[in-house]
Amino acid sequence: MNLHEYQSKRIFANFGIPIPEGIVASSPAEARDAATRLGGPVVVKSQVLVGGRGKAGGIKLAKTPDAAEEAAAAILGMNIKGLTVKKVLVDQAADIMTEIYLGAVLDRARGRVVIMASSEGGVDIEQVAAETPEKIVTVPVHPFLGLRDHQARILAEGINLPKEHTRRFTAIAKSLYNAYVSSDASLAEINPLVITGSDLLAVDGKISLDDSALFRHPDLAELRDPDAEDPSEQKARRFGLSYIQLDGEIGCMVNGAGLAMATMDIVKLYGGSPANFLDIGGGAQADKVAAALRLILADARVKAVLINIFGGITRCDEVARGILDAIATLDVRVPFVVRLVGTNEEEGRQILSEANLATASSLADAARKAVAAAEGETA
Amino acid sequence: MSILVGKDTRLAVQGITGREGAFHTQQMIDYGTNVVAGVTPGKGGEWAVGNTPVFDTVLEAVQATGANTSIVYVPARFAPDAIIEAADAGIDLIVCITEGIPALDMVQVRAYLDTTGARLVGPNCPGLITPGEAKVGIMPGHIHTPGNVGLVSRSGTLTYEVVYALTARGIGQSTAIGIGGDPIIGTKFIDVLEMFEDDPATDQVVLIGEIGGTDEQIAARYIAEHMTKPVTAFIAGQTAPPGRRMGHAGAIISGGEGTAAEKIAALRAAGAQVARHPEEIAEMVAANVSLA
Repeated sequence: MNLHEYQSKRIFANFGIPIPEGIVASSPAEARDAATRLGGPVVVKSQVLVGGRGKAGGIKLAKTPDAAEEAAAAILGMNIKGLTVKKVLVDQAADIMTEIYLGAVLDRARGRVVIMASSEGGVDIEQVAAETPEKIVTVPVHPFLGLRDHQARILAEGINLPKEHTRRFTAIAKSLYNAYVSSDASLAEINPLVITGSDLLAVDGKISLDDSALFRHPDLAELRDPDAEDPSEQKARRFGLSYIQLDGEIGCMVNGAGLAMATMDIVKLYGGSPANFLDIGGGAQADKVAAALRLILADARVKAVLINIFGGITRCDEVARGILDAIATLDVRVPFVVRLVGTNEEEGRQILSEANLATASSLADAARKAVAAAEGETA
Repeated sequence: MSILVGKDTRLAVQGITGREGAFHTQQMIDYGTNVVAGVTPGKGGEWAVGNTPVFDTVLEAVQATGANTSIVYVPARFAPDAIIEAADAGIDLIVCITEGIPALDMVQVRAYLDTTGARLVGPNCPGLITPGEAKVGIMPGHIHTPGNVGLVSRSGTLTYEVVYALTARGIGQSTAIGIGGDPIIGTKFIDVLEMFEDDPATDQVVLIGEIGGTDEQIAARYIAEHMTKPVTAFIAGQTAPPGRRMGHAGAIISGGEGTAAEKIAALRAAGAQVARHPEEIAEMVAANVSLA
């Protein structure tokens, strides 16, 4: 789950990281009011959960409250990569001398949180990593020790930070690590961290949270922006289904994440394109199966449905019953191809035989038939 | 004896009185696994499925029954402590089935386990099976058959699919191990590759990876430098969009890293054969068998 810039920066501020004074506004009048209260030039920043806000025109400098109102009027309601801007952050404009990058992320290979710093602030760290990897310095943090002073000094040294800022930088790096751990983040970055005369200031920031840890952070879980999630994906989450909508035409219903990905891949291999990723999980009952099919069929682009179930804990007869339930209650206009293998497959096939659905024995056969069915050919 | 589990396995089930724990304990006993103890705090002294004695702590279970392996069916918020408890009690191999453990908890668990002699498999994994000897996990036992192919995978059902196809061709398995779909796991591909390379009962290896992270690339380097046995690989998620978590917490392409294409390229360059779809794995393995 991703947090907005203003939410992320508030968390940073709670851990002692200096941020610009700022006020969130949801109308041009509020933005004007905010600019008046802050005084001086401000930056009006769209709050949407996508990158590239600046390039899309979603960040504007305003020297007066009038200009702030005008900027907010232009930005609010703007569509940035499919998301509508509903809020802007009005921040006191910083006097930027140098921009650096400071981030915390989970290093899977090392099994540690690493702190990364780069002299190239203000640009995507992925871009820096790809083009000038030597400009990124990282230190791994031992979970029982936390980030140590000397590690922060290694970072400062590595990015050639002017010595007079080392002490403040060290404090910010340690605060960032603490904010990361305390909120169970998967990513926390300050980009840019700017040097303004004698101070360091976190001008922009981003936090992604570990969904698995939200149970112990009810306050953070509440910050979820429902607009950032596809409505069908929200619905799926309520049913305990893992669903991701894509733009193809073959709806896929599978048990298990790895098998679901492999099923999408084989659809592509045989010339089709998957409409979604959908894992019904282990041991799914008939009602869950029916809910999953309803989700798939609600997508108007779907021209055929491929059901691939490998019964282990999941029982093929339960899945078959769910398929029949869904078909009975829905107006099904697209062809189905069903492959059931494993626990109770015979019973499952028997249940389905009344429904007159196309069946397949192998995964390759199922994919071929589904692709043909989507193209309107008889499988 | 294949790797990690077999006839010498003496299994303690952590969370044996829960719904999942009880169900799978019965399945493991039916398969022939030597389940010697169950652990549920507060239920010590009771008896669970299959007349298995229940203890309050893993330590008591180890002292009373000589358990050397444990399997964890404990809910995510209690599972990290269950793993550490097992390690402290002297368990050699801990298999954690639980899904949804916070990543930073696993960072701590891994750092702690590094100071002990215990090996963790998982979390968020189906466990492992040495066909005909012991099943320590949730996979359907009947699809497996004893043989000489070692399997290692980040996935559950995808592995069953491959095992099923192998068994259908009369090709058996030495050990099949699911290492889990989380970003932080106890046992990685290279650990298992090394064990298979050293295992006289294993003639060739199947590696099933997926998008996210760099463990497959690290495995590729190991294959190029150390493996003499043939490796057949498959990577799931070629059609997965970047930045989206594909079911498994660890299956995400982030910052352009962890794509299927780069993993496939690394494995091919290392001399592994890479299948285009799961059923092709069995075809490739069968071709290796007939060559031998």
